Amino acid sequence: MKRIGRASVAFDDVSITSFACVGGKMEGDGPLGGKIDKIFEDTLAGEETWEKAESRLVQEASNLCIEKSGYTSSDFDYIFSGDLLNQCTASSFGLITLGIPLIGMYGACSTMASTLLCAAVFTDSGAAERCIAATSSHFASSERQFRNPLRYGGQRPPTAQRTVTGAGAMAVERGGRLRITRATAGIITDLGIADANNMGAAMAPAAASTILRHFDAAGTAPEDYDRIVTGDLGTVGAQLLRELTHREGIDISPVHCDGGVMIFDLKAQDVHAGGSGCGCSATVMCSEILPSLDRGETKRVLFVGTGALMSPTSSQQGNNIPAVAHAVEIERI
Amino acid sequence: MADRASPPSPSYLNYPKAFAVGGLICCIGQALTDFFSNIVGKDIQQARACTSIVLIGITAVLTAIGCFSAIAKHAGAGTVVPITGFANAVVSPAIEFKSEGQIFGVGAKMFIIAGPVIVYGTLAGMIYGIVYWATQRFL
Repeated sequence: MKRIGRASVAFDDVSITSFACVGGKMEGDGPLGGKIDKIFEDTLAGEETWEKAESRLVQEASNLCIEKSGYTSSDFDYIFSGDLLNQCTASSFGLITLGIPLIGMYGACSTMASTLLCAAVFTDSGAAERCIAATSSHFASSERQFRNPLRYGGQRPPTAQRTVTGAGAMAVERGGRLRITRATAGIITDLGIADANNMGAAMAPAAASTILRHFDAAGTAPEDYDRIVTGDLGTVGAQLLRELTHREGIDISPVHCDGGVMIFDLKAQDVHAGGSGCGCSATVMCSEILPSLDRGETKRVLFVGTGALMSPTSSQQGNNIPAVAHAVEIERI
Repeated sequence: MADRASPPSPSYLNYPKAFAVGGLICCIGQALTDFFSNIVGKDIQQARACTSIVLIGITAVLTAIGCFSAIAKHAGAGTVVPITGFANAVVSPAIEFKSEGQIFGVGAKMFIIAGPVIVYGTLAGMIYGIVYWATQRFL
């Protein structure tokens, strides 16, 4: 493992050896529904509260990932996990039963990328033999924390996105086919977007900055990738990202796709600009991107998790929305 | 650049829908008032109070079964402006925060949306009262 640029790392030998995801009913009805490992038709997932339901999601995803890996939970040294709830309670409550040392992380919707990046660094450096990177989000628990009660009758603008109900987990260890080759941690950007109903626009500059920095450090260009997957920019953010990178003389549009656009059927499902939330990139990665790499349909993918770092308090106090994006490059060997 | 990429709300659709639903709610209100005053035989003050109670009751039931937000998504100001919007703003957090208990949940959070309306509505009433008193007293 070596540093190839500021906050950019090239790994020697570390891979994603197992992955799993779970989703809610809306996600199950979406285009990727058939590829999600387990769908919870019940929004409460058999629990009493939305928060417990979200804990259940991350627990199920992690259990499925461990089950698929062929190991037991005691074989994992660390689990890196985070979510959108205050104090990351979905992860800490949901992962109690696993008994794996937990490092909780908050990166808003970029969490899948930040947990994966850290799991890769820990494993490749030899600090850990085996790690799990996980994250979750739940439409209802996010709605009530960041917006209005679920039954409140209001309208949302076309730029608003729907928080994905879902969770994903990836097992990281040495050996394996899905190599994590390089990664770049993001710098917080703030280009003055304050509208919490337009997070895609707030996150697009962060994604552009990280992608360009990653190209620079890795010496790559868009043509070197089969896919550049951003986490949850939605239609508005995805278009802005393409424009922003184009301005810098780099055209990512032939290979760019966005998790927020892929997870739902934007025409048939009432989701406005698309999906969002930690669970968005996690479910898209584990149901579509990683399986496609595993089957050899794609060879090299740049996964860019994008996060809007506001809180309800910061938004009410009139602050802009700071955003961050982390890139993880995955290659099938 | 962000503004250019962000599509605006479809006002050509939202305005007529809000007008139609808001108008319909007002028509129902008027019909209820007529019913209470002409058929039940209440005086006009009582008939109006009864109308409000019925509209609030209907909204509370629709909110509880999840229908209200589905209507309001289309109606916008059409359901917010009449008393239905106020009723929904009280009932929806009361249901939502039941998980935090009767005191810190339902009790404390019930007015989280409607609270400002009550505070500033009362304040506006007081100012109006003072102005009214002054005009009666000195003019």
